[in-house]
Amino acid sequence: MAPKLTTTNAGNGAGACDLAGAPVVKTINRRAFMGSAAALGGATLAATSGMAAATPNLEGWPDRFGMLTDLTACVGCRSCERACNEWNGLPAPEKSFEDPGVFDEHRRPMEGAYTVVNRYDVAGDGGGPVYRKIQCNHCNEPACATACPAHAYFKTPEGAVKYDADLCFGCRYCMTACPFGVPAYSYSSAFEPQIVKCTFCYDRIKDGRIPACAEACPAGALTFGKRSDLLKLARRRIENEPERYLDHIYGEKEAGGTSWMYLSGVPFGDVGFPTDLPNAPLIDSTKGFLAAVPTVLVVWPALFGMCYSALKRREAVASEEQKREKDRG
Amino acid sequence: MANQENILPSGAVEGGFSSWFMHKLRMGMSWKDYGRSLVTPFNVLAALVLMVGLPVIASRFIFGLSAVTHSSNDYPWGLLLGWGLFGGVPLSATGFVIASAYYIFGFEKFAPMVRIAILTGFLGYLFAVLYLLIDLGRPWRIYFPMAVSFGTASVLFLVAWHVALYLTVQFLEFSPAILEWLKSERVRTWAKKITIGMTIAGIMLSTLHQSALGAMYLLAPGKVHPLWYSQYLPELFLASSIYVAMSQVILVSALVARFLRNRCDATFLGSLDELTVSLGKASAVAMYVYFVMKIVSVAHDSEWGLLNTPYGHWFLVEMLGFVLLPALVITFGFKSSRAGVVRFGALLAVIGVLVNRLNLSIIVLNWNLPNHLEEMLPARAEVIIVMTLTVIHVLIFRWIVNRMPVTHEEPGFKAH
Repeated sequence: MAPKLTTTNAGNGAGACDLAGAPVVKTINRRAFMGSAAALGGATLAATSGMAAATPNLEGWPDRFGMLTDLTACVGCRSCERACNEWNGLPAPEKSFEDPGVFDEHRRPMEGAYTVVNRYDVAGDGGGPVYRKIQCNHCNEPACATACPAHAYFKTPEGAVKYDADLCFGCRYCMTACPFGVPAYSYSSAFEPQIVKCTFCYDRIKDGRIPACAEACPAGALTFGKRSDLLKLARRRIENEPERYLDHIYGEKEAGGTSWMYLSGVPFGDVGFPTDLPNAPLIDSTKGFLAAVPTVLVVWPALFGMCYSALKRREAVASEEQKREKDRG
Repeated sequence: MANQENILPSGAVEGGFSSWFMHKLRMGMSWKDYGRSLVTPFNVLAALVLMVGLPVIASRFIFGLSAVTHSSNDYPWGLLLGWGLFGGVPLSATGFVIASAYYIFGFEKFAPMVRIAILTGFLGYLFAVLYLLIDLGRPWRIYFPMAVSFGTASVLFLVAWHVALYLTVQFLEFSPAILEWLKSERVRTWAKKITIGMTIAGIMLSTLHQSALGAMYLLAPGKVHPLWYSQYLPELFLASSIYVAMSQVILVSALVARFLRNRCDATFLGSLDELTVSLGKASAVAMYVYFVMKIVSVAHDSEWGLLNTPYGHWFLVEMLGFVLLPALVITFGFKSSRAGVVRFGALLAVIGVLVNRLNLSIIVLNWNLPNHLEEMLPARAEVIIVMTLTVIHVLIFRWIVNRMPVTHEEPGFKAH
């Protein structure tokens, strides 16, 4: 029973930090991984095939962090929202963090709010409302990064999906691509509009601290740690209290898996989670198309060049024949 | 058609090049006559639209996107891209389809249609880029995917590169007409030499980016309604762009023959009905193919049950009313050799592809969000911008057809 140790409320934040590991994460560098595969293969040819074989089986940065949100524990106090705003220097919201009026509508992350908590009045046997915190899920293979034509998104070894506003030209394809409806845009800025989204407090976790929201949560609803550890923890919780939790860790597999994962006592669809997502990462749905591009670029010129040559030849033959006919006549 | 003053304008000889050029811009008329010729009901209407619309476009650049759009985080793309990019690009496949038919496959009879098809395509892409420039958050960074930071895993990266390259290709393909207008014989000879290369480049770029526009939506499986979402989206987008290109050429050439008749030579006008019928035939055949592909895409994911839902009914309207019906109308038209009927079918087909692209980019995207049918409606300013750009599009098209050898041959030059 490890939950007490890993639950990251203000009281035992240090414990969570230990679980999070050393401040600097030791990871296998992707390139180094490929390199060693290549070394094993020996020849260059083997290296290429080794890489091709290794890539789909890479399971992501091994020591990446995650967060486990326990919807059954969340009390809707919005301390996480407040902490997020303070740490990230976001403006104060229109309705104060104490105002329960915000729960009258379902909000989404937006300019000025990297995370929001919504209330869902689900009619269950438990009776009470269910609160759900929404923020970037920091996918293992992020659709936003796949969509971005300017490579403004990066999956860091720590697990955070970072966005670089200096590279972004504002096409907003990431917003269309994100299956969770997370990235927002600062439309009101005429000259420096940019994507607004949760950073997983990258500026904290890379120094060995835990995200501001997790540190602020008084209810033990947010647990920060290595993703692999959190999965074990989540399974243990489900096993220990099967009447409290559904047997489903949302985010373990959805859209290729996410850093942020959820446990719930009510069906995830009832509290606004998209439930129609494939388990494969979304990049898989466009891979086939992009793989065909080089073929088209190579085959088309040859094919249509040949059509043209054949046409020219037919014309040449025809005019030759015409000439002969004329000579004869 | 050969008007002498186009070659050596009377009264402009002593003025040198600039005077000769101004003369060409006025289509050989005096300032007074030219000014008078501009006062037409259409131009008055156009001026009104521009007077309202240009300030709206300016306000977008001064106050940001929130001044003209809904600034919705759930609906990042609205009418500007739905109409201008996703709708405009397939309607601009005209240059690629007709140029390959003529130059690569040897359909010589389409010669009178080649330039108008290329001009339609070139301006279509140019305006698609203009719509994009208005919609991008930071349009001054539009070159970033080409020069600064490469998102090679992105389908949009491919679209960006291809649209930029293809715009250049189409400009080069159209350049002989500009050079003939400017009487620049030597440069024109060079421009003609690259025709075949450019046409083949056009096929490569067009097949890829027309289908890529469909592939963009492959990334949003949870958001596009399942009836429209299909792994065949790239193929469906490509197939529909090919048939709609032919329908679009039918429409544009009919409009030019009707409203700019004095710019059309006897060859163009004489062959118009016959070519309309042949293009219609090819277009209808491709429409039937597309119709079957759509059925296969529904069958493949076994979504028959969804047809009897509100979105399913709308799907049937698109399929029967805007794909099958135009194909049947055109079939009737070419069976009875009635160009007018073919034109009506072509109009339906063009509307149909616009409906399909607006469906994917706006109407059935995010269909499962609450209040979707209200939230998706465009802001009024977006509609005004679309109207404004459409008017500018028509004005520029007319300006070029009025001056350059598009539907007639320039005296002293053979277009093909």
